[in-house]
Amino acid sequence: MNTIYFDHNSTTALKAEVLERMLPWMTAQHGNPTSRHVFGRNSRDAVEHARTQVAKAVGVQASQVVFTASGTEANNFAVMGIAGNLEPAQILTSSIEHPCVSRPALAMQARGWLAKSIAVDSHCTLNMVHLAQLLQQKTNLVSVMLANNETGAVQDLAGISQLARQHKAFVHTDAVQALGKLPVDFVALDVHAMTLSSHKIGGPLGAGALVLDKRVDIQPLLYGGGQEKGLRSGTENVAAIVGFGAACEFAMQALTSFACHTAMLRTQLEQGLQQLNAQVFGQQATRIPNTSFFSFSNIEGETLVTALDKVGFAVASGSACSSDSTEPSHVLLAMGVAPDVARGAVRVSLGVSNTAQQVEAFLATLAREVKRLSALTAVAA
Amino acid sequence: MSDRAPIYLDYSATTPVDPRVAAKMIPYITEHFGNPASRSHSFGWTAEKAVEEAREEVAKLVNADPREIVWTSGATESNNLAIKGAANFYSATKGKHLITVATEHKAVIDPMRELEREGFETTFLQPEPNGLIDIDKFKAAIRPDTVLASVMMVNNEIGVIQDIETIGNICRENNIIFHVDAAQATGKVVIDLATLPVDLMSFSAHKTYGPKGIGALYVRRKPRIRIEAQMHGGGHERGMRSGTLATHQIVGMGEAFKLAREEMGAENERIRMLRDRLLNGLQEIDETYVNGDLEHRVPHNLNMSFNFVEGESLIMAVKDIAVSSGSACTSASLEPSYVLRALGRSDELAHSSIRFSIGRFTTQEDVDYTIALMKSKIGKLRELSPLWEMHLDGVDLSKVEWAAH
Repeated sequence: MNTIYFDHNSTTALKAEVLERMLPWMTAQHGNPTSRHVFGRNSRDAVEHARTQVAKAVGVQASQVVFTASGTEANNFAVMGIAGNLEPAQILTSSIEHPCVSRPALAMQARGWLAKSIAVDSHCTLNMVHLAQLLQQKTNLVSVMLANNETGAVQDLAGISQLARQHKAFVHTDAVQALGKLPVDFVALDVHAMTLSSHKIGGPLGAGALVLDKRVDIQPLLYGGGQEKGLRSGTENVAAIVGFGAACEFAMQALTSFACHTAMLRTQLEQGLQQLNAQVFGQQATRIPNTSFFSFSNIEGETLVTALDKVGFAVASGSACSSDSTEPSHVLLAMGVAPDVARGAVRVSLGVSNTAQQVEAFLATLAREVKRLSALTAVAA
Repeated sequence: MSDRAPIYLDYSATTPVDPRVAAKMIPYITEHFGNPASRSHSFGWTAEKAVEEAREEVAKLVNADPREIVWTSGATESNNLAIKGAANFYSATKGKHLITVATEHKAVIDPMRELEREGFETTFLQPEPNGLIDIDKFKAAIRPDTVLASVMMVNNEIGVIQDIETIGNICRENNIIFHVDAAQATGKVVIDLATLPVDLMSFSAHKTYGPKGIGALYVRRKPRIRIEAQMHGGGHERGMRSGTLATHQIVGMGEAFKLAREEMGAENERIRMLRDRLLNGLQEIDETYVNGDLEHRVPHNLNMSFNFVEGESLIMAVKDIAVSSGSACTSASLEPSYVLRALGRSDELAHSSIRFSIGRFTTQEDVDYTIALMKSKIGKLRELSPLWEMHLDGVDLSKVEWAAH
């Protein structure tokens, strides 16, 4: 059975063209970029070329890109690194952040900071009034994700930055789920720092980046050999960085076609979902085009997801990073969704390789599984 | 000569990925691309299974329990996590004094410097001229508030092997957490964590024919060692280190460590033969000095200083071999190696040092070529050197009073 992959927000398959660019760096070209001989210099050139590709994807200069091993590391680096060089004050994160933003913020409480969370409305859009209220207390750092991994809701970062900057706070955005799905312009969003990740855009696992405004003074997370201008020590993962750069280049070329293709499929999906009486979360918000988060009353998300996997569809019940836990999605709870309803949530995240036929087949299967599981629930009740 | 690639003798900076490792990795970046944390579908389960198999291989090489292995992005992260994580966790009960060695890698020294800014104090032990630690000096450095000691197993520049077992036993007796950076040790020396009294140990894949960007930290379970996470998020790796696991890289590290376990016995004998051949060849050149103890040393490393040759000219002259002067991680700077300085080498000898590091794909022809090249180039450089001429004339250069221009 060929499983159809509908979990692209968790991780994407590596693009064949990206692999092709990476292969030399996984085999024959093995130099350590810090070495001064030709093996080292070749690796250094490859890393620097990738840096220009990543920079171009978000409209910055190459010198503003610091490579990390992952989006998680870049988020930790941003939150703890920026806060680490500032006087302790309030640190604000949205209530729908990935834990790799909210937990570092909480960790800063041990160093005298006060971490508070900014509310979202029922559509998963940041509550600007609440932000303005919170900013009345001295705030030095605000972190709000550009696109949410579960609902796909996109935040008005330019507006958030404007408000935060009026209060002299630094602004960081986790743009991991936005890159490649909508135009991301670092300057237009007016943020001080932005997190990017390779494996969500057809690149390999093992590379991420923090893009920094040059005026930001940031404390390293990792100390050692002084790579990345001393901001991130550790031998560069050349192959993954080359793959990340290439993936950025291809994602920029395919930005419009990705958006059109996945938006069309999602419309098809959500029309079908409506007929099955599903509740779609965040549908009124501006969303990245590939994501749909929904639930059926009286069916556990985990049960439905497992049933779907058995019949050949890979979907998620929430973000992969928290799929260990059976807690309902913190994003849905923040939106005011009742815990019982939240427990039913299923996420479909589409990619370019998905087709209308796959969505059609999925809807047919879903209808059958929902009917079967509802009957079981009814018996159990 | 110059139109072909130089001979690679810089295996301590990084090793090529073994083709068998690359072959094992490829399927995990193509068809099996799932996120190992995805619990809801087979893509995730396949990835998770591969991650756990690799964890077993890493554990097996060092005779540890797979549950004691935490994945990181490399030895730098492992060292940062071990040192900052344990120092912060235990400082409240034990104190804020740290012990390490002046010849450690920067990824140990710099986290300690960072801890100093947070109120810790560090004793940097000076090694003996052979690069090894005097155990009595280590004992003397211990204070009642010593919380953690970090000593590398194999030095990256001179390849000397410290007596980890003795140092570990002293740490046990004094209730000190003991961390060992073993990035340069895996596949070169036998590591048995069932008997070695070590609490935390850092590993790297790319020094052992695995990919860059992946490493691991050993965290002992019995007696249980606790560390404060340095990377927060989804709670991966039992909360000790969050972040999506890079499956293909982990698979690569597992395979690389498996090959190391299976082949290190035979491989090290072959490498020792090559190193001794190189050593004998180079010792035919006058005024050469081996840096670091030759007995307590991995067979892969030869670090030599060539007297009466200027360091930069030497590096320029031997471009047909890819070697390192000082460690790769600091080779961008022109400062003489701090490791050689700590052994008491003069600036001149430290500057004119070369680290030859031999590995799996080095051949006898490579070694013979290198010997011939070094002999010829050093001969030519010395012909141009007035100092060499004075030396040949029997002038003791240390007693010469130089006039200022």
